[in-house]
Amino acid sequence: MAKKHKKYFNKSLKNYFPVFLLPTLIAFVIAFIAPFIMGLGLSFTKFNAVTNAQFVGFDNYVKIFTDPNHDFLNALIFTVLFTVVSIVTVNIISFAFAMLLTRGIKGTNFFRSVFFLPNLIGGIVLGYIWQLLINGVLDIIVNSDITKSSAYGFWGLVILNNWQLIGYMMVIYIAGIQNIPGDLTEASAIDGASPAKSLFKITIPMVMPSITICMFLTLTNSFKMFDQNLALTGGAPGKSTQMLALDIYKTFYGRIGWAGVGQAKAVIFFIIVAIIAFIQLRATRSKEVEQ
Amino acid sequence: MIASAKKSTNVIIVIILAVLAVLFMIPMVLVLINSLKSKLFISSEPFALPTSQTFVGLENYINGLSSSGFFAAFGRSLFITVASVVLIVLCTAMTSWFITRIKNKITQVIYYAFVFSMIVPFQMVMFTMTYIVGELNLNNVIGIVFVYLGFGAGLSVFMLSGFVKSIPLEIEEAATIDGCNPLQCFFRVVFPILKPTAITVAILNAMWIWNDYLLPYLVLGTDNKTIPVAIQIAMQGAYGDTDMGGFMAMLVLAIIPIIVFYLICQKHIIKGVIAGAVKG
Repeated sequence: MAKKHKKYFNKSLKNYFPVFLLPTLIAFVIAFIAPFIMGLGLSFTKFNAVTNAQFVGFDNYVKIFTDPNHDFLNALIFTVLFTVVSIVTVNIISFAFAMLLTRGIKGTNFFRSVFFLPNLIGGIVLGYIWQLLINGVLDIIVNSDITKSSAYGFWGLVILNNWQLIGYMMVIYIAGIQNIPGDLTEASAIDGASPAKSLFKITIPMVMPSITICMFLTLTNSFKMFDQNLALTGGAPGKSTQMLALDIYKTFYGRIGWAGVGQAKAVIFFIIVAIIAFIQLRATRSKEVEQ
Repeated sequence: MIASAKKSTNVIIVIILAVLAVLFMIPMVLVLINSLKSKLFISSEPFALPTSQTFVGLENYINGLSSSGFFAAFGRSLFITVASVVLIVLCTAMTSWFITRIKNKITQVIYYAFVFSMIVPFQMVMFTMTYIVGELNLNNVIGIVFVYLGFGAGLSVFMLSGFVKSIPLEIEEAATIDGCNPLQCFFRVVFPILKPTAITVAILNAMWIWNDYLLPYLVLGTDNKTIPVAIQIAMQGAYGDTDMGGFMAMLVLAIIPIIVFYLICQKHIIKGVIAGAVKG
């Protein structure tokens, strides 16, 4: 009886697919599926507009790496450096913040709210807020501005990224630390473990899943950064602070006849991001098994 | 003895945290202060407090903003965000229920296509998407809402489907026996149960769409600016001749709605952002 009923239920629901499924599916095909497939195809063609594409095989991919300016490789190196520095700084600082905010002191909620707020502000707005501040400081100290040196741009982006991500990662670390059973830390205190020892032997191993999540979140957020890069430095001086996403954008829209190369760069960018996502999936899955 | 030592360390920690909190607020306070100064004194002395000579009250908010079309951009951003979020939550909740309850090869493929879309960076599809959207005449304030449904579908379907799986089938069967058709069953039974996840999905999409720059810039161009586009154009389009006063006022007005939204539903926002992070 139940089975028969289930069959009837499924069948009548199936007839409703134009209402339940179709609107989302059509939007999804228009915004994502069709552009994705077209994009893959166009990366093997030369075009100015989509309608005049000519097949050129792997020419665009070869061009990326033989380009005498080495735009893509420079952007890749800059992006990787920026990402590595961000992962280290964001995670150490946000973990320290989380440790300070899990001691049951007064005002914990207020501090947590303040530190989390920058995460909600959009990249363009963030970029210009920090441009005002950084240029003001640089003007006083060295009588310069952020577009004058790639080192200024690099550290400016790192500071901005930290400001945006620390609160976010901190909230995840707080949840992880609060999940540690209280008797575990108590027992170690009774056994006379020093605070440093209980940090490295208990707290850090116990929040390992949070650390994995936060490292990958910082990784993908930093690696794909676009808005903040565009607003804060725009790639200046020259193209020396241009990250991958911005380089792809400028290849598409700033260099006539290079749209195909831009699309090929985007495909490589996608493959790198997909590999990172795959590693992340395996890393978080294997952690789940261990527990 | 130990208790008092603990108390004094706590005092030190509160002081450290207070200093850090001030440091965190400085960038935003700086913009607020400068938005009250005459435009001539913003780039030259950004750290100076307004004096009787440099203070201009709300002049930047009135002159700078009306000339740059910021109020129209504000309305546009608000409309696009609200309409997109409503459409995304409604449509993806229905879709999630449908593809979870009707398990066959086609719905499985659709589900994995949604999940796959989450890892593809926007740069991969931006050029071709702009072309297709233009060809279909969706490159307007109404059309972009539909485009956002397509881009928001991945994460939303993924999160909602995960929740639908945990709803016992018996409830829906009972509703069907009582004579509900699938639409009634969805709106009277399933959707109310989905509400917590729907709120999370709504918040994640709202934050993203409100702050989005590249998609509206490519799809709507500079005639139909949203707030982030208006800000970028004001700075880059003026070739160094930006009205800094008006620009500071723009930044302040771009942040205020976010802070208000944050103060009203902080709990939901933090919970939602974490849920999105752990799953995405």
